Amino acid sequence: MPKRWWLRDLIYLVLFVGVVYGAWIALEYATIYWPAMRYYNRILVIMGINITMAVSLNIINGHAGQFSLGHAGFMAIGAYSAAYLTVTYFGPYVEKMTEGSAQQVVWQNILLLVAIVAGALTSAIAGYIVGLPSLRLRGDYLAIVTLGFGEIIRVLILNIEAIGAARGLTGIPAWANFFWVFFFTGLTILISHRLVSSAVGRAFLAVREDQIAAEAMGVDTTKYKVKAFIIGSCLAGVAGALYAHYTPAYLNPTMFTFIRSFEVVAMVVLGGLGSISGSILSAIVLTFLPEGLRLVKDYIPENAPEMLKRDPRMVIYSIMLIVLMRSRPQGLFGRRELWEFLPRRKDSIAKEGRDKGDSDDKLDRDSGPPVT
Amino acid sequence: METLLQNLLNGIAAGSIYALIALGYTMVYGILKLINFAHGDIFMVGSFVGFYAGGYFAAKIAPEQAGGGSPIYAALVMLISIIICGLLGYLNERVAYRPLRNAPRIASLITAIGVSFLLEYGGQFVFGPDPKFFPTLIEKHVINFGGVVTTNYQLIVLGVAIVFMALLQFIVYGTKFGRAMRAVSFNFETASLMGIPTDRVISTTFVLGSMLAAVAGILYGLSYPKIDPLMGIMPGLKAFVAAVLGGIGNVPGAVVGGLVIGIIESFVGGSDYSNYRDAIAFVILIVILLFRPSGLFGKYEPEKV
Repeated sequence: MPKRWWLRDLIYLVLFVGVVYGAWIALEYATIYWPAMRYYNRILVIMGINITMAVSLNIINGHAGQFSLGHAGFMAIGAYSAAYLTVTYFGPYVEKMTEGSAQQVVWQNILLLVAIVAGALTSAIAGYIVGLPSLRLRGDYLAIVTLGFGEIIRVLILNIEAIGAARGLTGIPAWANFFWVFFFTGLTILISHRLVSSAVGRAFLAVREDQIAAEAMGVDTTKYKVKAFIIGSCLAGVAGALYAHYTPAYLNPTMFTFIRSFEVVAMVVLGGLGSISGSILSAIVLTFLPEGLRLVKDYIPENAPEMLKRDPRMVIYSIMLIVLMRSRPQGLFGRRELWEFLPRRKDSIAKEGRDKGDSDDKLDRDSGPPVT
Repeated sequence: METLLQNLLNGIAAGSIYALIALGYTMVYGILKLINFAHGDIFMVGSFVGFYAGGYFAAKIAPEQAGGGSPIYAALVMLISIIICGLLGYLNERVAYRPLRNAPRIASLITAIGVSFLLEYGGQFVFGPDPKFFPTLIEKHVINFGGVVTTNYQLIVLGVAIVFMALLQFIVYGTKFGRAMRAVSFNFETASLMGIPTDRVISTTFVLGSMLAAVAGILYGLSYPKIDPLMGIMPGLKAFVAAVLGGIGNVPGAVVGGLVIGIIESFVGGSDYSNYRDAIAFVILIVILLFRPSGLFGKYEPEKV
């Protein structure tokens, strides 16, 4: 460890916050001169939330190898618990202050952070509860149980009157913005990246590769499985809390069906299970793909039959998903990170033929985790 | 007592539809060890084919019976739906499963989800997103057994389901193809070494499962006439839960699981907690899996190193 590692980290932190803040300010100014920018701004924020979701799911599915299909449920818990706090307690408190005063801005951001932390904690507790059955179940059974948990969470929310039930939760203050979303996206990526090379992350990888061998080596498999669930769901809760507070700041249980979970799973698997940069890239692609496909609609002639006037976006999206998966079953990056594909410096030692790129690499690490 | 019997009867009728769908899941899982997520949507297509075929017959061939329907046309509609869904099942296997046979299992899972999305959103694109009303293929009669009210529909659903389940039982345990199927599910590689055309067996399994889903689709359309392109999701999931409940890969288990889910749902739907009807299937699933991880009839297989 270098001597002044904290100084280096501090500089990185300041740089990171500066860049995100600068990007946010630039976008806000761009919106003033070019109102259409608002639309792109929104897509960017959704993209940030999707990246957070994909990277956090990648910890459970990719690193620890526990196939979870209930990520939308954790997002819902984070979103609803954070929004409940701001709607009932924090919102009225801030509203009493003078409009636009410095005091209000400061309190607003502090309380937003408190709400996000609260949402993350509730999600983590839910993750603990859901992680418990993973002590006994594996593979497809675990997948269907997590899917079931996600649906149970949704049905519970549908029946709790205090958070709007089927009507949805309205009146959430729209405090989240581009800066906070990308701040937490960066934080999630950092946590995930540092986690892989930590002792806990190594234990995750051991559990993924071979549970019995890991156990024989003294890894407490149940403990690490539950840990993976807690960390992953906590970060999903953060994403949910941010989503709840971003315009239009409205929540409805139908936003968190398992279709949402499937979308996130598709992002993780498409990017390559266990590859952080893969998850990020495919989250970006799969967020922009449906938006970009809006353009298709403009080319359909006026006199076309009724059928063709319907929105073909999702049809094309699903076809592309099938085609992408067929042409690269191990995901875009397999299990590797983006920078491992870059040409290496001469002084580093070529390991296991990595430098050949991915073309004929039939090594086991490229084939995705075993799901048994 | 009467409400008890009533709920039981409704549950069995709904459960036999779940059981028919669950059979498709359990057969595919038994052979490929894969969840066929598109199965629920094939069930939806089966229902829509029934809607269009039934509408065609009602309007063109039998105008004097329009609205009333007749058993022959109903059987014809079912046959058309079975054929089309069988083809769709074959296509599904060819497009989403066969090219990925040697790829990681997660990849096939995602292509299956892709096919499922394609059928759902394609259904919205082709059929339109708004709900449609299934034609009355057979005239509806209400039968009253001393307080317990049933319709001839429920009896038809039950009868047809039993006939097709018996047929499947015969195919799996009484024919040469069934033996090949069981061999492939027992050990894929050994079966192919013994000269069993595994690819053909797998395709046929998909076709069989999809045909049963088509039957379920028609029966569902008869019992709950409102159909829409997303209708396959929930019954599909619950049927999958039923298959897991019975021990996935186990044919009689799927039937029992379907009936259990149907009956319990019907009791919950009739109680004060009817709002939680959609969640109860999953709660039961979790409870059972915690105490019997391989389902009711599944074999417990200890992991070997």
